[in-house]
Amino acid sequence: MQTSKGMADKIYFLPVTPYFVEQVIKKEKPDGIMLAFGGQTALNCGVELYDKGILKRYDVEVLGTQVQTIKDTEDRNLFIKRLTEINVNVAESKAVNSIKEGIKVAKKIKYPVMARVAYALGGRGSGIADNEKELKEILTKAFSYSNQILVEKYLGGWKEVEYEVVRDSYDNCITVCNMENLDPMGIHTGESIVVAPSQTLTNAEYHKLREIAIRVIRHLGIVGECNIQYALDPESEDYKVIEVNARLSRSSALASKATGYPLAFIAAKLALGYSLTELENSITKTTKACFEPALDYIVIKIPRWDLEKFKKVSFQIGSEMKSVGEVMAIGRNFEEVLQKALRMLGVGLHGLVCNSIKTNDNLNSELKNPTDKRILAIAQALEKSYSINKIYSLSKIDKWFLYKIKNIVDTEKELKKHNIKNIPKELLKLAKQQGFSDFQIARRLFKNKDHEDNLLKVRNLRKKHNILPYVKQVDTLAAEYPAKTNYLYLTYNGSRDDIKFDNENSAIVLGSGAYRIGSSVEFDWCCVNAVLSLKDLKYKTIMINYNPETVSTDYDVCDRLYFEEMTFERVLDIYEKENPNGIVVSMGGQIPNNLAMRLHKQKVKILGTSPLNIDNAEDRHKFSKLCDELNIDQPEWIEATTIKAAEEFANRVQYPVLIRPSYVLSGAAMSVAFNKKDLDRYLQKATEVSKEHPVVISKFITNAKEIEIDLVAYKGKTLIYAISEHVENAGVHSGDATMVLPPQFTYIETIRRIKDIAKKLAAALEITGPFNIQFIAKANEIKVIECNLRASRSFPFVSKVTKYNFIDIATKAMLDIVKKERYNTLDLDYVGVKAPQFSFSRLHGADPILSVEMASTGEVACLGKNINEAFLKSLLSVGFKIPKKNVLLSTGPVKSKAYLLESAKQLRKMNFNLYATKGTHDFLKRNGVDTKVLFWPLEKKEPNTLTYLKERKIDLTINIPKNFEEEELENDYLIRRRSVDFNIPLLTNPQNTKLFIESISKLKMKDLKIKDWEGYE
Amino acid sequence: MLLKKNAKLVLEDGSIFYGYSFAASKSISGEVVFSTGMVGYPESLTDPSYKGQILCLTYPLIGNYGVPSNETDKHGLPKYFESYKIHIQGLVISDYSFNYSHWNAKKSLAEWLKEYNIPGIFGVDTRELTKKLRESGTMLGKIIINDKDVRFYDPNKEDLVKKVTTKKPILYDSIKKLKKSISTKIKDFRDTKNPKDFLVDNNSIIKKINKIKAKKIVLIDCGVKYNIIRCLLKRNLTVILVPYDYDFFKFDFDGILISNGPGDPKICEKTIKNIKKAIDKEIPIFGICLGNQILALAAGADTYKLKYGHRSQNQPCVMEGTKRCFITTQNHGFAVDTESLPKGWEPWFTNANDGTNEGIRHKTKPFMSEQFHSEATPGPVDTEFLFDEFVEMIKKWKR
Repeated sequence: MQTSKGMADKIYFLPVTPYFVEQVIKKEKPDGIMLAFGGQTALNCGVELYDKGILKRYDVEVLGTQVQTIKDTEDRNLFIKRLTEINVNVAESKAVNSIKEGIKVAKKIKYPVMARVAYALGGRGSGIADNEKELKEILTKAFSYSNQILVEKYLGGWKEVEYEVVRDSYDNCITVCNMENLDPMGIHTGESIVVAPSQTLTNAEYHKLREIAIRVIRHLGIVGECNIQYALDPESEDYKVIEVNARLSRSSALASKATGYPLAFIAAKLALGYSLTELENSITKTTKACFEPALDYIVIKIPRWDLEKFKKVSFQIGSEMKSVGEVMAIGRNFEEVLQKALRMLGVGLHGLVCNSIKTNDNLNSELKNPTDKRILAIAQALEKSYSINKIYSLSKIDKWFLYKIKNIVDTEKELKKHNIKNIPKELLKLAKQQGFSDFQIARRLFKNKDHEDNLLKVRNLRKKHNILPYVKQVDTLAAEYPAKTNYLYLTYNGSRDDIKFDNENSAIVLGSGAYRIGSSVEFDWCCVNAVLSLKDLKYKTIMINYNPETVSTDYDVCDRLYFEEMTFERVLDIYEKENPNGIVVSMGGQIPNNLAMRLHKQKVKILGTSPLNIDNAEDRHKFSKLCDELNIDQPEWIEATTIKAAEEFANRVQYPVLIRPSYVLSGAAMSVAFNKKDLDRYLQKATEVSKEHPVVISKFITNAKEIEIDLVAYKGKTLIYAISEHVENAGVHSGDATMVLPPQFTYIETIRRIKDIAKKLAAALEITGPFNIQFIAKANEIKVIECNLRASRSFPFVSKVTKYNFIDIATKAMLDIVKKERYNTLDLDYVGVKAPQFSFSRLHGADPILSVEMASTGEVACLGKNINEAFLKSLLSVGFKIPKKNVLLSTGPVKSKAYLLESAKQLRKMNFNLYATKGTHDFLKRNGVDTKVLFWPLEKKEPNTLTYLKERKIDLTINIPKNFEEEELENDYLIRRRSVDFNIPLLTNPQNTKLFIESISKLKMKDLKIKDWEGYE
Repeated sequence: MLLKKNAKLVLEDGSIFYGYSFAASKSISGEVVFSTGMVGYPESLTDPSYKGQILCLTYPLIGNYGVPSNETDKHGLPKYFESYKIHIQGLVISDYSFNYSHWNAKKSLAEWLKEYNIPGIFGVDTRELTKKLRESGTMLGKIIINDKDVRFYDPNKEDLVKKVTTKKPILYDSIKKLKKSISTKIKDFRDTKNPKDFLVDNNSIIKKINKIKAKKIVLIDCGVKYNIIRCLLKRNLTVILVPYDYDFFKFDFDGILISNGPGDPKICEKTIKNIKKAIDKEIPIFGICLGNQILALAAGADTYKLKYGHRSQNQPCVMEGTKRCFITTQNHGFAVDTESLPKGWEPWFTNANDGTNEGIRHKTKPFMSEQFHSEATPGPVDTEFLFDEFVEMIKKWKR
């Protein structure tokens, strides 16, 4: 959203690095710069600009918290010094500059110790060491990120509490929110389940920490917003300050949503010199911003992990951040919010109990050394009659939480004793108040597996008993003052709605849920734009979403915000209360899309393409039949219910084959099998994902191009389209691929055919609204591999590059407003490139390769005069560095070796020192390129690739995966992993590599134009 | 746990909120008020200002950290409470934690309430109740348990302060020698556990007290919260706690602090009279909450009843003439009418939300008072520095 039209007067799609920011400063000559709003990336960039004297040189004033203050908070020794000045306890720790020094410090403060990296995003490189050996390992890795590592006493088991603090330049200072981690110290706050406000703190503890927070923030001189984290002894009022983040953080976003206090908005005003008393409370509109919200509800945040998506990754959670998103639930008791939030995660949980997902068999170990499933393990332990004391001693989770969790387990036991005919009204009500869904209740009341029917029976029964959820407002003042707030949630712990419902024209937009691999800000952009378009048409807009990191959950975006689950049950609840003209399901990605048919069956009006046609596209059989009728080619496929059928198919079409479940979510459980062994292994994994849907196996086409088309249609007629091509060959998930718009290497004939197929499908499916089709092209042969009748991940990208808002056109089409306009999206005088952002470095052990499973956690897009410029800018944006001297080559199978020969020659021409593994070396030598041989990791001989990487003698690693023999894999894996661990740029895809080398041979940094969005015409 | 709804809260307008009883099985009545503070129920429930009131806590999860022990400090003051007993009539909440968890908890909230025979109900839509009170103003109400009806009772017609004030003066001082010289034979009249320093109207004791060199504060007990005493002792002051209607001029002292307390300030006629006298004598005065209203009345200003009062820990108060704003804890149903302040007086603090008076002071003389609670407990401690200002004022003021 930040890079949307109207957000700023000028928008630059450029890397947030000192070099580029300086260029923009040079051009724009701004008076001031704000460093606290773009997370650690912006903060680090700002500090560097300041240190290099660039801000001074161009006379740019830092608004809000000053750089010296930032340094006081980021440099550990300075930080401790500053806090000691005002008698505030800080965790025993010391910043060290070498491994030796670290070990010395650890001996002094005694193990276990925690090593942490100063200036690190998400605690990267941090870890807990029980002994010298472990510490050595952690420090070696950590020193690759930073010159300064913090070794501190590990406070495992202490409570972890944080406060969000706001201060203005008149020294008014307030704490907007405090939060308590359910998971005690030792687990990164980003990895913890967090509640707001704190639940187990007494007045004395709450206000002691609050007073210290204010004292610290005043002493440091922060102006704006910051976050302070504490460890609190569970046996006394002893505390330690862990850290202060002198910027808006992930926690600030959460705190804003948890309280309704717009932290970023206020912080920006304060940075401009306003006082807190001059600003109004934007929720009540009658009271002031200088106050501390009183909540009359509880909020819970649960992180969303996607660890299953990665090969070889460790599932344990700890002091490093691995989660990719989070959900937040609001309710009026703990049981209610916990179960709500677990459903929101979208990982197949129906709540805390009544699930079919299994956790680790070793409960004790799971409780003690948590993975992403610990909360389920607690429930299981309680089912197995573990005592609260035992669970506490293993997990150190405060017993208060455990007692509450036990309430849920007990109620489930009670439910088991009944059926739909004899369940007491009180039990049904209790279950609903504890956040049980109709589905969960049905699962315990019915023996049969007709889930949809059963849950509707439960729904009807509770309606008959008048057990209904009520709408409550988040108003920042616990109802003390009348509030005009439209920020809402539902609860069974209430007896009346806070709001009235009218008969205005209105529409519900379903949001995108938790950020996860495969669904991120893109869909939020779509949702927000749909809301804006609806507003434009004078509709009352109703948003449902539960992701605290999104813009769509800013309460001033829509007319009514339901911070709620997007389950069938809850959407129906809201629909019945609001009685809108319809629901938009096509903007938030697959979650709302999957609800279309079920809602339709309950006579809910869906706006846009008919749910029947959505089903025709989602259901492979129906879609395949349609394609056959329309003469559209698809890769051969079957739906297999047995392994034998799958094998027969694979033998017939010949390996490799692609395996996937029928309802696809970001390629969950998608895999390529190259042989029978692969096939058998993957099938077991895929069937775990979805029992209801059989497994689909298709021919996997290699060495083909992948092309996508994003379109909007009205009653089957295309209104606008944009075609993008992938840099990487087919086989890389479209979310991980580098996309180019307009296409640069695609034949005109191919484009014509693609348009033709899209036209046919739009007409046949009578599409109204957004849709996306993915193709594989080999020569001019085109096959459809995917068709989604909803906005795709690339809608914001194509909208921003072409400067036509696809979502606006789509939303209006759904309401029969269609402009007669011709849009030019092919013949542009510039190129847009979208590149994926990966987080491999934080996923211990994960193999950083691209595959049919999506792995990226974000994306960037840059514009340039040609593909090289746009591509280079986008790679620099995701943290890539242009190599200076030394490149390690290991270019995989013969085919890719040959493919990259020219690139290697180019590198030589540019005077790079080339290092290569044996095979690559031999190949290049035969072809006249000199390289120095490095031994494979497993050869354990020097000069070894691993040593070179460790000693940072390599600036760029090019490692193309070879084949799938285990030893080779292991060697390649070690090289890739080491590169990632030591922060060395890594390329693993041949097409990508070629384009990169071509680009750096053509362009130097100074050739990358500093041009704002409007400047590209 | 499956329960049947056996309790209800009935308001004077006829509305009924059903819930479950979790404390004493006794029906009671009183004035229904709400507080939006999120922590500190042990402190709130023992705040004498709640005398006669049925308290609804808007924070829905209550009882989480249990109730701490009765242990006392070296002055005989309970460590964790604001007075020697629970003062509310009854408690209304949404979600009760039957199991508590905290290192210093000794019992559950339910056990504690039962000890004092106070009823409590949970399962009430406290937000809905709060909205009702906000819209129609504070109302009378009753908690009915097991259908045993009681009559409505209006505490504001009573002299509530009389019910909560100390019956006799008490001395709080840390000077060891003195303690020995003052009789400790007299039985405590407040608590079963003896405060270590106390006294009676005994001339020889008064003489001894008057000899104490430390600065002495007469603390008028209109329902004092113990943390006010703690805040004074922390500043090395000797505290003579006196009943609200006590003629304290027989003591030699340096300043007066008028405490917080329940109900309508106008009922405290004797106190107002005494303060008038102190104003004439130009003795430094500091008022807290009810003390603010009493000082205003003594100065000749007026007070009025607020629609639903301020009971919370997040009230922003702006210091007049500055951009400084303090987050304060509050518990009051009446307020000073700023317009009515006589010549020589000025508003000191004003509520940033609704513009009501939050403190007054004299332009030239040593009289000041606050409508909020600098002693906190529960709530933020941001304005504790006002006690320092009080000490400064005493030191600077030469009679």
